[in-house]
Amino acid sequence: MFYREAGDFKTSYTDDSQTFPIKFDRYRYYVVLLVGLGVIPFLINDYWANSILIPFLIYAIAAIGLNILTGYCGQVSLGTGGFMAVGAFTSYKLMTAFPWMDMVTVTILSGAMTAMVGVAFGLPSLRIKGFYLAVATLAAQFFLVWMFNKVPWFFNYSASGQINAPERTLLGVAVTGPNAEAWVKYLFCFAFVFVLAWIARNLTRGSMGRQWMAIRDMDIAAEIIGVNPLRAKLMAFAVSSFYVGIAGSLLFTVYLGAVEVGSAYGIQKSFLVLFMIIIGGLGSIFGSFAGAAFMVLLPVLLRNLMDSTGLDSAIATHFEFVIVGALIMFFLIVEPHGLARLWALAKEKLRLWPFPH
Amino acid sequence: MKRLATLALAGVLTAGTAAADLVIPDLHYRTGAYAAGGIPFSDGYQDYFNLLNQRDGGIGGEMVRIVSCETAYDTERGVECYESTKAEGSLVYQPLSTGITYQLIPRATADGIPLHTMGYGRTSAANGDVFSHVFNYPANYWDAASVIINQLLEENGGSLEGKSITLLYHNSAYGREPIRTLETLAAQHGFTLTQIAVDHPGQEQGNQWLQIRRERPDYVVMWGWGVMNQVAIQEAVNIRFPMENFIGNWWAGAEHDVAQAGAAAAGYRSLNMNRLGDMPVFDEIREYVHGRGLAAGDGSNVGSVLYTRGMYAAMLAAEAIRTAQEIHGVAAITPAMMRDGMEALVMTNARMEELGMPGIGPEFAVTCEDHGGTGMAIMQQWDGSQWVTLTDFVAPDDSVTQPLIDEDSAAFAAENNIASQCGDS
Repeated sequence: MFYREAGDFKTSYTDDSQTFPIKFDRYRYYVVLLVGLGVIPFLINDYWANSILIPFLIYAIAAIGLNILTGYCGQVSLGTGGFMAVGAFTSYKLMTAFPWMDMVTVTILSGAMTAMVGVAFGLPSLRIKGFYLAVATLAAQFFLVWMFNKVPWFFNYSASGQINAPERTLLGVAVTGPNAEAWVKYLFCFAFVFVLAWIARNLTRGSMGRQWMAIRDMDIAAEIIGVNPLRAKLMAFAVSSFYVGIAGSLLFTVYLGAVEVGSAYGIQKSFLVLFMIIIGGLGSIFGSFAGAAFMVLLPVLLRNLMDSTGLDSAIATHFEFVIVGALIMFFLIVEPHGLARLWALAKEKLRLWPFPH
Repeated sequence: MKRLATLALAGVLTAGTAAADLVIPDLHYRTGAYAAGGIPFSDGYQDYFNLLNQRDGGIGGEMVRIVSCETAYDTERGVECYESTKAEGSLVYQPLSTGITYQLIPRATADGIPLHTMGYGRTSAANGDVFSHVFNYPANYWDAASVIINQLLEENGGSLEGKSITLLYHNSAYGREPIRTLETLAAQHGFTLTQIAVDHPGQEQGNQWLQIRRERPDYVVMWGWGVMNQVAIQEAVNIRFPMENFIGNWWAGAEHDVAQAGAAAAGYRSLNMNRLGDMPVFDEIREYVHGRGLAAGDGSNVGSVLYTRGMYAAMLAAEAIRTAQEIHGVAAITPAMMRDGMEALVMTNARMEELGMPGIGPEFAVTCEDHGGTGMAIMQQWDGSQWVTLTDFVAPDDSVTQPLIDEDSAAFAAENNIASQCGDS
């Protein structure tokens, strides 16, 4: 009815190859942007920013990053937590060494640093594949966390090994530190998510993304048709690590403010992001958002529901585990390809509605 | 502009908010790897406030309302708990986690809510000149390290020259806190210090104890928490390490830590910042709180080490509320008044006796500059079936800890542009 290609005439090639070819999708996208930019910043309070929206946005970046590597290029990585730590510690060193530096520069440089580290750890991917590569990236995870724990230069020789984000500004407004307003932090993260998701979407639609997918689907065939595996795989590692590094940096500077590498960037963080893309959908930008929302928002929602039931808080917490676990199983049984596939099916049905055959 | 949504959500998120109570948030952890320590502490903390409500009708005529939130010892959930409870007018936060404390120090300071991190958290927060809203009385980690060394000095005739001490620590901010103090003390007293880290959660310590077995240090000092303590004590028993030379800090000396090893762990020593034993207040808790079905947990923890410490923490908070009520002359105090109350808190033996917990902690007085108390702690020993108090309150060596506190807090002040909070007085 309202969701279809028919009647939406494209008169140029640019129109024809746009990201959202269907009018309804396009408007939905504008509405989301409008709400995200024009409504939420005016309504947001500390609780919504710090417990719900900022973690969702940050994990969405991390999920997009890992999805590029695992979902699009087919290289399994368990090093996400370690790469996030690289981003966080780079930010910390930059923020303390160059107090005049604005936060956008700090964040982008942190991503760039992580990209370099990612490429270094991506080199083995040229020789090993699948589970073996997963183990190699697992080594990256443990090595990086160990290094940030062990070398006191990274945490400026503080007594406890904790790093604290000092107050830093962008255009004179505090972005990090305790005095940063909720809406500033939100908009800062939103801007990064918007730009990075936009770039990711277009990268994966372009020749780079097609090379990655060729490698993912069959690397020998890809090589025969002229894809350079060295370049494609290392690019995937670099781009993915850049995203993950930015997510790690934002997690530290904007969201947590103080970080201990072992607990904030441990192996459980790698698994968390991996679960996000598996539940959201491998090889889908929308899936990254859906997965991040599922893993970040659902526990918070459940917690608030549980609180209102007046159950003993320990029992309520255990129930949360049970329910989240059951929901993950439910979704994976109903749709093994993730929430993105459910979304795609829904759109497919909408196209035919109200005359399904 | 943010009010409307806040109000609408507050209805959903916080059912039944009553105004004009003394709101005490309890960020507890009754689940996860550290629940064994989190449960008794939280029970004691909540039970004492319930006792005040039931017996005295609150504090100064104002009822106490406990808002509990489960953190599972996880820093991200701790932040969420803080954000979701602070709007209710929370008077003081007590997260019982060094990691969460580090998150909350800047936030709580900016929001004007005091933080009481009793014997944990950031040690240099004892310097009230820099950390205006953070209090870590009656003692902190560096005091603990110094007390242990002082005690060992006494046992060794005043000299530790040539001795070897191994620090077995939880590889986190918590476990790393004492390193700097111990390094300074090692240089001063001429003992060699070896550091061995145990990663979270500490279930696997085979390598660490193999190293200890090989090196045979004279003493092992442990900074552990949660399941790490039990495992370490069991491993020490397994390699037949002389238990009286194995000393834990005050977070590594509860019943559940040694219960598994039982009689084999007899001789294991640990610090404690609160005194043990039966106190009149326990009977009152049983009568007014447990008798009326208001126990925070299953009621089985009364009198245990960590229950007593939780109750002690609640008592210190309640006394600070009372002090704040006296200073400001109002019963329904605000977090800002609470801060003043904590800063003017004076604990005397007479007062502790009056409260039914004689000598539970050392006497101390908080000042604007000194948020850390005296730092005194007792040494206790496991005799195979229960904890026995070995010493009276032992004082730390302030000449070692104070310069370290000044140095670390000055670095924090410089990093964050904090001006002196106490003026020149």
